[in-house]
Amino acid sequence: MKHRLQFAGKKLLRMALLLLGVSLAAFLLMSASPLDPLQTNVGQAALGSMSQEQIAQLEDYWGVNTPLAERYLGWLFSALQGDFGTSLLYRQPVLQIIGERLANSLGLLLFAWVLSGILGLTLGVLAGALRGRWPDKLVRGWCLLISSTPTFWLALLLLTVFAVWLGWFPSGLSVPIGVEADSVTALERLRHAVLPALTLSITGVSNIALHTREKMVDVMESDYVLFARARGESLPAIVLRHGLRNVALPAITLQFASVSEIIGGSVLVEQVFSYPGLGQAAVTAGLGSDMPLLLGITVLTAAIVFGGNVAADLLYGVVDPKIRRGAAKA
Amino acid sequence: MEPILQVEHLSISFSQYHRGTRKRTLPVIHDLSFSICPGQVTAVVGSSGSGKSLLAHGILGILPYNSALEGTILYQGTPLTQRRAEQLRGREIVLVPQGVTYLDPLMEVGPQIRKGRRDPRSKARSRAVLERYGLGPEVEKRYPFELSGGMARRVLIASAVVEQPKLILADEPTPGLDARAASRILGHFRELAEDGAGVLLITHDLELALTIAHRVLVLYAGETIEEASAADFSAGRLRHPYTRALWAALPQNGFTPIPGTQPYPGEISDGCQFAPRCPRCRPECRGPGPVPYVPRAGGWVRCRFPEGGEAL
Ligand code: SF4
Repeated sequence: MKHRLQFAGKKLLRMALLLLGVSLAAFLLMSASPLDPLQTNVGQAALGSMSQEQIAQLEDYWGVNTPLAERYLGWLFSALQGDFGTSLLYRQPVLQIIGERLANSLGLLLFAWVLSGILGLTLGVLAGALRGRWPDKLVRGWCLLISSTPTFWLALLLLTVFAVWLGWFPSGLSVPIGVEADSVTALERLRHAVLPALTLSITGVSNIALHTREKMVDVMESDYVLFARARGESLPAIVLRHGLRNVALPAITLQFASVSEIIGGSVLVEQVFSYPGLGQAAVTAGLGSDMPLLLGITVLTAAIVFGGNVAADLLYGVVDPKIRRGAAKA
Repeated sequence: MEPILQVEHLSISFSQYHRGTRKRTLPVIHDLSFSICPGQVTAVVGSSGSGKSLLAHGILGILPYNSALEGTILYQGTPLTQRRAEQLRGREIVLVPQGVTYLDPLMEVGPQIRKGRRDPRSKARSRAVLERYGLGPEVEKRYPFELSGGMARRVLIASAVVEQPKLILADEPTPGLDARAASRILGHFRELAEDGAGVLLITHDLELALTIAHRVLVLYAGETIEEASAADFSAGRLRHPYTRALWAALPQNGFTPIPGTQPYPGEISDGCQFAPRCPRCRPECRGPGPVPYVPRAGGWVRCRFPEGGEAL
């Protein structure tokens, strides 16, 4: 029990430090940005026609004249009290915006995460078990092709083929245009999410598949698989009984590590599909110098990624008999 | 008695990429012939890393994909083809491997012995076999990392004999065990032979092999250089200079070391492979042509000037 508490305490401390570091880094990068918040958000022409006082007011609003340290510390102290401030662009509380955007993105992210995990694991196990044969070559070729394709380009390709040429799916947004929010059906939402989710999954698959394949190749070359063959177990039986079992641990690590990739990918993909999710909000906030919103999103996504890693650690303890039995004894 | 296994002129080689692109074949076992009768323990003795394990893998049909096998293997008088090996392995022909790494690290012992079968008969049978080797039912619930070295060997034997095999291939079943545990494990193989199975014991340890084997085959540089009965050793009836040297190197015989080292696969020269280290070597021994393997005094030898005899 004491061991568990120590473990939890360490993790929490690490998480706090991580979030602090990430928010500081995001803040510094944003302040170093060459974009002038007034010019990008108000516009050159509009600025030219304003009086000095009006400009000074705007400068105050965008925090141009406040010293850096003061701005960051001010944000940090309110954030610690649960107040993430108000978005400068949307003029709504940051938490509210994040909540709405996350609700849009969550399905997308989850779907992409689960699908890329299942597909990646299946393809990787298959390729590793049939190493050197044609399914392996096919999977490897496909993965290399995909991982050398930029995400946004893939997104554009899918958009062109399935939305523009075939017209199977809408080309953007999360709901149909000109329909009241309440009357949008779940099916409509799903149709809008398919292409972005697919793009995200496809890019996620190759990494997971290639790594799983490596592990599977190791397993197939292991002494215990040799012995299983010597005992007359067939290849499918070996893959199901020994292969899956032994790639499970690395697969868990991979799967949870891919959380960050999926979130990172969603920034680009949502942009291409004009999907009003968290990723798109991050881009808008970044380009529009909306410091409170950007910091809020950064902290939230960092926390999600960190949570993924913790979940992987915990699952490890459940799956690995060495940890499980070791913990039972201690 | 009709031999259960006959191996004739067996050669196993690997193809390997040498310096990047040039493919070359590496002979590991060359011109190996022997037979095993039911109820007998035949030991194949060769130094570590000489590719002895491949012999067992070759018989079972589980050689790696980049290897090639030549020669004939007869099981109960009929050629042991790949198809037939696949049907027989794990049932009539079983492997007892070296150690705990041959058990799936993430699977409990019980299901491994039963190969996943869950019916009551299989359960009763695996329990009985474990008990035969002094392992209680609690062992079924253990993972391989929770077994001691000796227990792991007994689990491996149990997993092999649970099938009531006719031919047992034991690949180095004793390294890492103390003398008592090792002789206990070897005793199990002797018992299995007494129950009527043929046992092939592959080992680097001549001394241990002699405690249970009826016949001993000595490998040198991938070739059989002598086949002798166990009694030939203590009676001083050995035929080949290398076998004599091995015997003399045993502790009870004065630890006399053999100078020099065995050639690696790929460094095979013409004539007798043992020539550079042989005290009896004469110019004819170095070729041209390989030294033939010939029967002699109830055994076999590959030497032009065997001990206690004239030139062949
Ligand atoms: S053939 Fe010649 S060199 Fe080889 S072992 Fe016999 S005597 Fe020695």
